[in-house]
Amino acid sequence: MKNKIALGGLSAVAVLLISCAVYTAPTREETLQVVKSSFKERGIAKLDRLNQSDLQVACSEASVTGKDLPQEARTRLERQALATVKYPADGQYLGDFKQGERIAQTGVGMQWSDSDKTVAGGNCYACHEISPQEIAYGNIGPSLKGYRKLRGASPAVMTYTWGKLWNSHAYNACSQMPRYGDANILTNAQLKDLMALLLDPDSPVNK
Amino acid sequence: MADPMRIRATEQPDGVDVRVLMSHEMETGQRRDSAGKIVPAHYISNVTVSHNGKQVLSAEWGPAVAKNPYLQFKFKGGKKGDKLTVTWVDNKGDTRTDEATIS
Amino acid sequence: MKAITRAALGVAAFALSCTAAFGQKDTADAIARYRQLLQDGNPAELVAARGEALWKEKRGPKNASLEQCDLGLGAGVVKGAYAQMPRYFADADQVMDFEGRVVHCMVTLQGFDYATVTKSPYSGTGQRQTEIEALAAYGVELSRGVPVNIPQSHPKEQASYDRGKQLFYMRAGPYDFSCATCHGVTGQRIRLQDLPNIAANKEDAQRAFTTWPAYRVSQGTLRSMQWRLNDCFRQQRWPEPVFASPATVDLITFLGVNANGAKMDSPSIKR
Repeated sequence: MKNKIALGGLSAVAVLLISCAVYTAPTREETLQVVKSSFKERGIAKLDRLNQSDLQVACSEASVTGKDLPQEARTRLERQALATVKYPADGQYLGDFKQGERIAQTGVGMQWSDSDKTVAGGNCYACHEISPQEIAYGNIGPSLKGYRKLRGASPAVMTYTWGKLWNSHAYNACSQMPRYGDANILTNAQLKDLMALLLDPDSPVNK
Repeated sequence: MADPMRIRATEQPDGVDVRVLMSHEMETGQRRDSAGKIVPAHYISNVTVSHNGKQVLSAEWGPAVAKNPYLQFKFKGGKKGDKLTVTWVDNKGDTRTDEATIS
Repeated sequence: MKAITRAALGVAAFALSCTAAFGQKDTADAIARYRQLLQDGNPAELVAARGEALWKEKRGPKNASLEQCDLGLGAGVVKGAYAQMPRYFADADQVMDFEGRVVHCMVTLQGFDYATVTKSPYSGTGQRQTEIEALAAYGVELSRGVPVNIPQSHPKEQASYDRGKQLFYMRAGPYDFSCATCHGVTGQRIRLQDLPNIAANKEDAQRAFTTWPAYRVSQGTLRSMQWRLNDCFRQQRWPEPVFASPATVDLITFLGVNANGAKMDSPSIKR
């Protein structure tokens, strides 16, 4: 009788121990495993898009923990991003601002619903106020209205603006803005048209 | 049988408020499909509503009414617990009848 | 005459300055009023009615209805079930969201083939609803007014939340977008579409979770939560999420838990 009770007590304790096992959160690797096995390629969107760059990893970590990147990491990433910028060989920065407006209004490109022939747009109005005539603009990025009026068009402004379009992380390590040049989203000609939209004195942006 | 409709009927101080949402393509017969062919007309042509067996609304519709028609009207003489019957017939002869209780 | 002309000019000048001020707020208000008017007579009700018929109809190789499907509150209990999903299911030993669980029941109770059922889960613009969409509309309609109560008692439910949170902040693809890019800051909008901060703003998360599935006016069809995630990833330039895959369930758990307490108000109507 005593043995039976003792055994019963032991197994009860065992059950308690097992069900009270401490919960451990999944590691980053475990989560990545689950993510990668939950997606499939479609159209031009291949699975290699889930392979994160160092910058993507660093910035993802910073936002999930809510802690800013340490200064050292930020400076390093910005320097690396700046090194990727390819300035126009002919030294000409400004294209056609009317084309630039069209590029800013267009949001397609690189989705699985697009093809590799689709001419991408910048989708700039998704996040920015640009021409005063366009009232349907987002607020994720700062207003670009009066861009040239506020900054002038010195060589420094030209290279900064081009660099920002090419790889926004050159000036803000974890910028949310896509890398229009570095990721081959827009062509050089398109980037020049966007430059004109911002920096041509005749552009509606600067009127 | 065609898709069910949703009927809501509530007794108000000035009559019974009836709201009916019908499921129907209401194709006008003017549209063309991607191949360029006319999509044939397919729309509700008649609607009748009866209260305790007596007709309280009769309507003749045409292609001007939009897809999934929403009908709202009031009638006097009904009270909570009474039965309402809604019937539609379309130009192809298809029909649907649903009932609801006034709440 | 002169006085009148001057007055007229003054009024004209005032009117011109007013038209310049007619910007976001009026547009946004007008859109909101338009949506409000559409609430009555929401076509989603018709979709839910079809879903109810599908739930009760004997179908599939096993010629059975879905009325024995256990959505977490016991076999056949649909009322209130949507509001407590995703949750852990012992018979499948995994956390499942509503749509995935319904498909699970279509396979186990009715004998349908999983690949066939999930091949095209979303209708095209203006097309007739798919079965999954109709069942989702029915399920969520029966949770209308029920407070969201996504459980976090089982370790797999907790793991789902934590993975969902990590995935939410994961930046990837050629545009470096994560969910947080759009949905991680309060007060953001793309063009004129306000974006809820699903991660850190309780009210935003609640409004977002309680209003899906919804009838999407611009597409003329009902859209479910699985569809919403699918279309987000498309615009993030990511590859496509597999229907009801673990990653999608994890994200829905993350969003749902963040929304706990608010009353479900779905199917709703959206732009």
